[in-house]
Amino acid sequence: MSYILEGLKQGAALLLPPSSEILQIVALSLAVSGAATLLAALAAVPVSLFLALKEFRGKRLLVGLVNTAMSVPAVLIGLLVYGLVSRRGPLGILGLLFTPGAMVLAQALLAFPLITALALAALKGIARDARDLALSLGANRRQLAAVVIRQGRFAFLTAIIAGFSRVIGETGMTLMIGGNIKGQTRVLTTAISLETMKGNFELGIALGIVLLLTALAVNVAMQGLQGK
Amino acid sequence: MKKVYLVLALVFQVLVFSPSLPGRDKLILASTTSTLDSGLFDALVPPFEKKFDCTVRIIAVGTGQAMRLARDGNADVLLVHDRESEEQFVADGFAVERLDVMHNDFVLVGPVGDPAGGRGLPVAAALARIAAVGAAFVSRSDDSGTHKKELKLWGQAGLNPAGRWYMESGSGMEATLRIANEKTAYCLVDRATWLAHRKEIDVLAVLVEGDAQLFNPYSVIVVSMAKFPWLNVKLATSFAGFIRSPQGQSIIRDFGKDKFGSALFFPDVPGSR
Repeated sequence: MSYILEGLKQGAALLLPPSSEILQIVALSLAVSGAATLLAALAAVPVSLFLALKEFRGKRLLVGLVNTAMSVPAVLIGLLVYGLVSRRGPLGILGLLFTPGAMVLAQALLAFPLITALALAALKGIARDARDLALSLGANRRQLAAVVIRQGRFAFLTAIIAGFSRVIGETGMTLMIGGNIKGQTRVLTTAISLETMKGNFELGIALGIVLLLTALAVNVAMQGLQGK
Repeated sequence: MKKVYLVLALVFQVLVFSPSLPGRDKLILASTTSTLDSGLFDALVPPFEKKFDCTVRIIAVGTGQAMRLARDGNADVLLVHDRESEEQFVADGFAVERLDVMHNDFVLVGPVGDPAGGRGLPVAAALARIAAVGAAFVSRSDDSGTHKKELKLWGQAGLNPAGRWYMESGSGMEATLRIANEKTAYCLVDRATWLAHRKEIDVLAVLVEGDAQLFNPYSVIVVSMAKFPWLNVKLATSFAGFIRSPQGQSIIRDFGKDKFGSALFFPDVPGSR
């Protein structure tokens, strides 16, 4: 027990003040996961709206696919991206493997089905209520969409924040795609993994505290938004 | 129906906990990623397990980490490659002695075009060229035997490598080599890993080899019971004896010949050559 308590004490000490290396790792984590979530959200918002509002043949299948995609293990997405961007793969010429760019791609692919499915689940209810009311008031399709978007903005935000939480805590896939290169592709999760294995338990704890604070901050924001 | 669940739960418990049940004798071997990556343990460990009716759990981390594991009492025997740390380990009372097992060498690999112009030079001079032009270089940077050797060589060149060209992977040899291949960078690699993964590499070639500084000896160390009474010293001693016996040494000598065209390790115990 004293091993853990001692580690906690020394870990906290490493954060006051944090070294430039720690700051750099935090900045990169936020940048990579932030960019990935943004990309995923840019795709997920229109897709989830489309699925909530439009009826078409095969819609059930598509929704089923999105929900299934959500349960694809992250490491499989990592495998796919690895095959795509490694120099021998189809996108090899871009030289993306072991760069933050590839990490963003992989995390975006991971977040996209999650954000879509979560937003869709909330939007379906909103769309149903809005449709009845709006159509009875004589709204056309575009006006209906506008109503749903406005009503659904908190649902989108919640879904996006959930997506961010998912990717900022992702370790294995991020390690595989990024290579954990110091100063270039080392993020909070991969750094914690490395430092702990190296025996730098205190540094692992320091980074763990930061990761926890980030997750907490994100959740507090979510609570705040839902409270509105 | 409830009975079925009960039986299943019991079976599950047994399966989950069986590795820790008293049964076959267990040995915890802390070794290096380079040895594991070469595949040597696949040839060396099963005959040992069979002969002594035991199970060997191999923990492959860098030499530095392996020794730290042993210093915490978490390993029975070490197979590592950093003479200085080994001697310190013995001096600090964690073991009675270190014993020779085998050796191979390191090679400096790099882009086939050799932008730094290090080919054929003494390794320290080649590293100096790499630093001078800022050619991409990937380091293990994980406190492993390979990393310690690399740092020593930079020291000989009088350099402290830093900069965007000097990439620190913090990973094992295999991963580091793969990063070097993707980034078309220079890298220090042990010959065993190089030969074992040669076919996955498409843009790198050996540029410096044979330098006396690149000699890479491996040692086996039985961790002393003095500090950690729970260690399996008997089995650890058997392991050390086995890999240094004519049988073990001949396994080492022949390993890799059929698959890679040449041996990956060279036995060091006199009388078994």
